[in-house]
Parts: sequence; structure tokens; C-alpha cells
Amino acid sequence: MIAKRTNFFEKIITLMIQLSGFSSILFVLLILFFLLGEGSPALFDIPISELFSDRWYPIEGYYGILPLILGSLVVTLGASLVAVPFGILTAVFIAEIAPKWLQEIMKPLVELLAGLPSVVLGFLGILVVSPFLRDTFNLPTGLTALTGSLLLGGIAIPTIVSISEDALNNVPDTYRHGSLALGLTRWQTIWGVTVPAAKSGILMAVMLGVGRTIGETMTVMMVTGNAPILPTSFNALFMPIRTMTATIASEMGEVATNSPHYHVLFFIGIVLFLFTLAVNIVASNISARKIKRAERILS
Amino acid sequence: MQNTRKSNLTKQLRIEKIGFTIFTIFAIATVLPIIAVVIYIIYLGSPAISWEFISAMPSDGMRAGGIWPAIIGTFYLTIGTAIFSVPLGIAAAIYLSEYAAANRLTQIIRMAIINLAGIPSVVYGLFGLGLFVILLNFGTSILAASLTLSIMTLPVIISTTEEALRAVPQSFRVVSVSLGATKWQTIWRVVLPQAIPGILTGVVLGLERAAGETAPILFTGAAFFLPRLPNSPFDATMALPYHLFVISTQVPGMPIQIQYGTVMVLLAFVLIMNIIVTVIRSRARAKRQW
Repeated sequence: MIAKRTNFFEKIITLMIQLSGFSSILFVLLILFFLLGEGSPALFDIPISELFSDRWYPIEGYYGILPLILGSLVVTLGASLVAVPFGILTAVFIAEIAPKWLQEIMKPLVELLAGLPSVVLGFLGILVVSPFLRDTFNLPTGLTALTGSLLLGGIAIPTIVSISEDALNNVPDTYRHGSLALGLTRWQTIWGVTVPAAKSGILMAVMLGVGRTIGETMTVMMVTGNAPILPTSFNALFMPIRTMTATIASEMGEVATNSPHYHVLFFIGIVLFLFTLAVNIVASNISARKIKRAERILS
Repeated sequence: MQNTRKSNLTKQLRIEKIGFTIFTIFAIATVLPIIAVVIYIIYLGSPAISWEFISAMPSDGMRAGGIWPAIIGTFYLTIGTAIFSVPLGIAAAIYLSEYAAANRLTQIIRMAIINLAGIPSVVYGLFGLGLFVILLNFGTSILAASLTLSIMTLPVIISTTEEALRAVPQSFRVVSVSLGATKWQTIWRVVLPQAIPGILTGVVLGLERAAGETAPILFTGAAFFLPRLPNSPFDATMALPYHLFVISTQVPGMPIQIQYGTVMVLLAFVLIMNIIVTVIRSRARAKRQW
């Protein structure tokens, strides 16, 4: 009797756990469904050639999202230029060079940066970084793509550091010992053995860091000046810019449901979703390849 | 021969020295701004903190008074997020770690989780607006915002919990089952208790992120200003991060004092969460017997 009741209970619990396990698929499909449902009418509201034109001025019916896409790309590229070298070098330093006590100080600090809400970074951007850049480069305004890039670099760094560091820690110590025993210096070991062995993990870290920067909203909205200008030259870095995320965040609150503007904002959401999806697919392919190679070595 | 080898080594050692110096400079350049930010905020923010600032309602168009409704709003949102995401996330992690077979379906689930983790927060906001606010007609409310934040938090909780569960040695499960326990009894009595520190870490980190987010609640539950506290899950609410955004960009003539004070409260929150995580981790490491 008891066994039977336990059995029934067990079945219910198992079922609930299975359903929870599948829930992630459901959520991804729901998100996709809503984005497509609300965003695809934009393609009927507005001719495609206009949608991908270079003028974003919704009040007068100009819905060209090209400046926004390029704005996101400029800021992301700028952020990568900051975050990739600093992130990777810091990760190598923490994992391979720093003494134990320094590791114990640096790791929580990087984690703290990861936990800082993006509005706090945006606030510091407005108050500290942008006046500094304005005065240094003699700009009319400090709210530029460069300001956004620097701060977004700060957002990508914790991701890059922690995942790269994991990858480096996963390199078996025997590799390092073997290299040192052959008479190589620690420096040669790091460059010749450890970093190459962790290469795919580090690459994945970079991809995921970049993915975070494309999707970051509040910081860029606060510090990039929000002007939808088509970036055409290198100078764009020193001018205000508008990203896809900031456009959605600043305009969605004021549009009427089911207006063309509303549909276009959801359409931008689809574009963003596709960008991050692409980044994630590349990143997970890198990790899948790594697993296969590890299996080959072990077998 | 001997000489060239020796000079080669000297050369290598010199390169090593230069290389290490460069790495150290970069690492310090990464960490120093973080310390500077913390000191800067505490230095300028702590004078603004008073009991009144924390516990009073804003007045004079938010240019005076306190930030109590924003604090309590963020508290409600965090609790709401926890109610939905913690049980669901832990159950999903149990499925992946204890039940799922190594097949196509599991692969798809993992792809879905990676995907959820990568979706921009503002896109979660769009989704929450479409599903919870408009279709399910919750309006811009604590409920809609909490649900949106929950889905965003799920991947963090699932992946950290799964890692914690997988770290429990297989022998624990084998022994438990061999003593006649069912699979669920084994999970509930043996595996989960061992994994609790790891799970807690994931939950705290996930909720910390949710509490600090602004973009997902912009159109699903955040209010610019409310004269009174929310009194049901269907009310909109003020929230700390959104409040900081509002007072630093949307309200002209905002006293800088109040801005610094708000940042200080947010920073204190993040610091406390991080300290909790560190304590849980180090205590678990000290107590662990396997």
C-alpha cells in the first residue's frame, strides 16, 4: 500500500521535473513567436527598401533601421577592442601568473563588476567618463559612441575574464609541468602550451562577451547621446550614436499598440534576437568542437 | 655552445620579465577602476544616506525626500522573480542532471538554455509586453515584470544548479538506491542537500542580476513615480535601478546628492549579495567531505 502511494507520488514528481526541464524550449519558442507575431507586420506596413534605408525619424514616418544596426555594431566593435585585450590578459594573469593571495582579491573584484547594474555604469558614464572625454578630445558633447564603447567594455570584461579563466584552469597541470621540465620558462609555457590549449575556451569567452555587449541596453542609452546618425567614417566614434537596444527602450513606452512604429520596434527586436542567436551558435560550435577534440585525444 | 645556451636562457628570462610586467599592467588597469568606482561611490554617496533618505517617500517631484518606494519595489520584484524562477530553475536542473538521457532532445534543451542566456534584456521586455502585459492582460504590473525577470533569470539558476548537482559524487546516488530508496528519495534526501551551497550561489547571483535590471521592466511594470506604495501584484511599482535611470537622465534640476545616494544604495545591495555568495562558497568548501 505504502509502496503504491510512493510510486504514484514518484510518478507525479518525475512528470513535473520533466515538464520543468522542457520549459526552456517552450520559453524560447514563445519569445520567438511573440517577436515574429508583433514584428513581422512591419514588413507589410513599410516597404523593405525603406525599412533598411538610412533615415530613422518615426514621427515623420521614416523607419530606416540601418543607422541603428550600424550604431550597435560600432559600439560593439569599440567595446570588443577594449574588452578583449584587457579581459584575456587579466584572465591569463589571474590563472597563470598572480600569486594565490592576489587571485583571492582580483576574482571577487571582477565578480563585483559583473554584478553592478548597468544603470550604475551608465550613471558613472554621464558623470565621470563623458565629461572627461569631452575635455580630453575637445568634443561638443561627451555622450558619444566612444563613451559607450568604453563602458560596454567594462560590461563585457567580467564575462571574458571568468570564462577564459575557467578554460585556463581546465588545462591539465601535466601540460605545464611537461613544458617546464623541458627547460622552457613560465612565459614560454604560457604562450606555447597553456594558452593554445585553452584557445577554444578563450574564443568562446570572447564571443559570449561580445554577445552581451550587443544586447546591453541601459548603459548605451544613457551615454551614447541617442542620435540616429549613420556612422560612415572613423569619426563616428567621437559622435553621438543610437543603438538598436536603446531605440527599443526609449521609444516603446510611447508608441500606440499595433501602430507601424510599434511593429518596427518589435522588428528591431527580431534583428537583435538574430544577432545574438548567431553569436551564440558560433560560440557553442566552438565548445562542441573542443569536446570532440578532447574525446579524440582521450580515446 | 654552453655560452649560447646560457645567453639564450638569459634572453628568455628577460622576455619573461617584460611579458609578466605587461600582463600585470593590464590586469591592474582592469581591476583598479573597479576599486576606484567603489571608493568613489561610497565617498560621494554615504553623506547622502540617512534614515529619512531610505525610509521616506520622494517629494517635490523626486527632488527631495527619500527613495523608499523604489527600495520596496525592487524588493517585491525580486521576491516575485524568486517565486517563479527558483522552483522552476532547480527542477529543470534536476531534470538535466539526474533524468535526461544523452539524446537529441537534451541537446535541444541545452541549446534553448544557451539561447535564453543570450537574449538581450530589452528583448525580454518586448516579450513580457506582448505576452504578460497585453495578451494575458496583467497590465504593467509587478506580476508581469516578475514573470519577465523570472524567464530571464532561469538560465543562470539552471546552469549553476546543474553544475552543483553534477559535482555530487555518483557513489552517493548508487549507495542510496542500493539501500532501497527511490530515485526521487535519493535526489531529495541525498543529492539536493549536498548541492545546496552551489544552488544558493546560483540563486543569489541570478536574483542579483534580476534586481539590477532595468530594460526588462521598462514596459512591463516599472513606474516613473507613484504617490503611494503598490498594494497588489497587479499594481505597477517604482524600482531602484529604474529610479536611478529616471533621476539621472529624465528629471532636470535633480540634486546630485539624491543621485549619489541612490547609487550608493544599489552598490550596497550588490556588495551584500556578493559577500553572501563568498561566505556560502568558502563555508561549503571548508565543510565538504568529498
